[in-house]
Amino acid sequence: MADSMNLDSGHHEHHAPSGWTRWLTTTNHKDIGSMYLIFSLIMFFIGGAMAMIIRLELFQPGLQFVDPQFYNSMVTMHALIMIFGVVMPAWTGFANWLIPMMIGAPDMALPRLNNWSFWILPFAFSLLLLTLFIPGGAPAGGWTMYPPLVLQTGAAFPFLIFAVHFLGASSIGGAINVLATVFNMRAPGMTLLKLPLFVWTWIITGFLLIASLPVLAGAVTMLLTDKYFGTSFFSAAGGGDPVMFQHIFWFFGHPEVYILILPAFGVVSAIIPTFARKPLFGYQSMVYAVAAIAFLSFIVWAHHMFTVGMPLAGELFFMYTTILIAVPTGVKVFNWVATMWKGAMTFETPMLFALGFVILFTIGGFSGLMLGVTPVDFQYHDTYFVVAHFHYVLVTGAIYSLIAATYFWLPKWTGHMYNETLGKWHFWLSTISVNVLFFPQHFLGLAGMPRRIPDYSVQFAEFNMISSIGGWVYGLSQLLFVYIIIKCVRGGKKASDRVWDGAHGLEWTLASPAPYHSFDTPPDPSTIEGGVR
Amino acid sequence: MSQASNPDKYYVPEGSWWPLVSTIALFVIFLGAALTFNIGATGSPVLILGFLLLLVVFVGWFGVVIRESENGLYNSQVDVSFRMGMLWFIFSEVMFFAAFFGALYYARIYSVPWIGGEGAGEATNEFLWPEFKSAWPLLSPPSEYGFTEFKETIGAWGVPFWNTMILLTSGGTVTWAHWGLIREDRKQLIIGLALTVLLGIIFVLMQAEEYMHAYGDLGLTLNSGIYGATFFMLTGFHGFHVSMGTLMLAVILFRAMKGHFTPKNHFAFEAVAWYWHFVDVVWIGLFIFVYWI
Repeated sequence: MADSMNLDSGHHEHHAPSGWTRWLTTTNHKDIGSMYLIFSLIMFFIGGAMAMIIRLELFQPGLQFVDPQFYNSMVTMHALIMIFGVVMPAWTGFANWLIPMMIGAPDMALPRLNNWSFWILPFAFSLLLLTLFIPGGAPAGGWTMYPPLVLQTGAAFPFLIFAVHFLGASSIGGAINVLATVFNMRAPGMTLLKLPLFVWTWIITGFLLIASLPVLAGAVTMLLTDKYFGTSFFSAAGGGDPVMFQHIFWFFGHPEVYILILPAFGVVSAIIPTFARKPLFGYQSMVYAVAAIAFLSFIVWAHHMFTVGMPLAGELFFMYTTILIAVPTGVKVFNWVATMWKGAMTFETPMLFALGFVILFTIGGFSGLMLGVTPVDFQYHDTYFVVAHFHYVLVTGAIYSLIAATYFWLPKWTGHMYNETLGKWHFWLSTISVNVLFFPQHFLGLAGMPRRIPDYSVQFAEFNMISSIGGWVYGLSQLLFVYIIIKCVRGGKKASDRVWDGAHGLEWTLASPAPYHSFDTPPDPSTIEGGVR
Repeated sequence: MSQASNPDKYYVPEGSWWPLVSTIALFVIFLGAALTFNIGATGSPVLILGFLLLLVVFVGWFGVVIRESENGLYNSQVDVSFRMGMLWFIFSEVMFFAAFFGALYYARIYSVPWIGGEGAGEATNEFLWPEFKSAWPLLSPPSEYGFTEFKETIGAWGVPFWNTMILLTSGGTVTWAHWGLIREDRKQLIIGLALTVLLGIIFVLMQAEEYMHAYGDLGLTLNSGIYGATFFMLTGFHGFHVSMGTLMLAVILFRAMKGHFTPKNHFAFEAVAWYWHFVDVVWIGLFIFVYWI
């Protein structure tokens, strides 16, 4: 089968069709990947603008700029956009661009489903963003949509529910596609334990998506019927329980946070060996660690609700399982450090962001451990300590690795090198400002400042002011990122095929920029080095 | 696309408008439903327009795929991709039902007993509804405010038992049809499929009759507290899936009568058969946990 496998000859004729219809009807993984990534970048600035409004209101105590209802809408929409509109689509975009190239395939397994999964996103977010302009305003009950509060949402309520359904369908479609691609389209010789870690982390992410998003769909469906059809899932008056929503929601919600971060582990596991010029330390233990994290993610959900009034056995069980996650996560962090040990390191921008990830994500991991300990969580719950924790793992974790991945693979995609000096500026501006932004929030939380409130007691004023200044600098620094990307797409120093002299993997054997169809014929099995190397 | 099916070649389908059109259809449906919830029947024309558009998508998109398949464009690798896609899709459906089974479990094991004062719920009971006694099935909800009592539940050994038999039999008939397809006995294929469709229709009609009985005679409605909520949402979503499955089987029957499918190449048949078995298994879960115990 190997020698005669080439692309159906009819398809060579429509290399990169031109015009608008190319983007609307495309079945090409690179086109769709680009659309995902551009969409994600646009949403990053919409969600980011909302964060800027939040930091503006919190710059000083008292109500200055927006009314509390609108503030709550900003908090809710910022979270929904950043999770469902930025990080998830961005990872699917990277999966689209990279997985076929990494496994030696011509394209994704189900190209039309792929196009469908993408095109849902702009429509689903139109549905959600529309609510900013309707009477009663956008949803303001928090992205976790807890009843009974969320049931008080006005006209925006069904828009919120349907947007979540719609986005869930998109993610499930994308995940099905990735799994079918990896299990069915690998080149001969590309065995499972030769897969790059980015592919492995995506296999497990895909599984988490398919297992958890339907549960979210079920939960929001129950909200919908509770509001409009008289059911009593979350009403004690009918025998239900509002706490039940929290259980079902977090059964989705905890796997979801690993959906956001596992591909980041894959990206960092590709970048650090490249710039340390050493093979990844402990490849197989990395695979098993990711699988272990994914398994644990299904049995820790109630650590998000320690203060809700659970039986003691529940508090203890969910505390122990939560702390257990530190073990496989520790394996990964130590493996990245061991990979760098005695390596011939250089510090190009992707490496800087990957190192920033390792250090700052670990800080987020440690605050997560603190939150996982039930008795002390009673102090931290719903304070800015939680906000600081999840922004360390999501901004300096997921977003940093997304930025690192962009710098790392952009030359392969565009055929040009980005501007290294500007890249370094971007890193240092971001890293200094993001810590000014989020580190003081730990102190605010420990001192008792609650989340999701537009006003605060005057003793929190200094740290909030510092945090807001950090936030605006961080936000502005990201404009530099867009400038660097646009500049790189339009021109720049020609990139070689391998791009980075320490890079390994099939995607670097293709030309820069990569051809429209990745592998017309399967790659020579001898070029497959494998993750262990 | 000059060359016919060659299993040794990679295949990437042509571009298509259907994914975009189908997202527009779903957008119009969601918009229409949201408008209907907010402003009443004035919004429903949008909803209807969305469903009509979705119907066009079903006919159009599946039509393209069927034509491409019948023209031999798909190779064995495409076939495997389709199979994997269908299996993962069914798994996602399983998890959707799991959420509702989870709600049933939580209500029965935790929330209703707690409201009744068991375990740590002593104060809950005393301060909220001290007269409330925990029971399952929960005939009278804790509060009359917003929720209604009902007389009795639907017993397992009447219509639900016969519906179980119907679905189990239909699982048999669809497998018998599959054997006919593999042995190139077209008559057996068509009779088996027709029987399966018929059994599906009978199941849905009997469920509808039972719903009318529940609403009309027993006073069991969506408003009947947590029992009514879990009962109707679980059986309702299942009934919706049976209806979809029956429709899919009818399409397969129609295609079989037109001479589609070969013993080696019949992914669509198998996908629908898998889906039908999935619907069957969910029903067994419903029969045991909703009706029986």
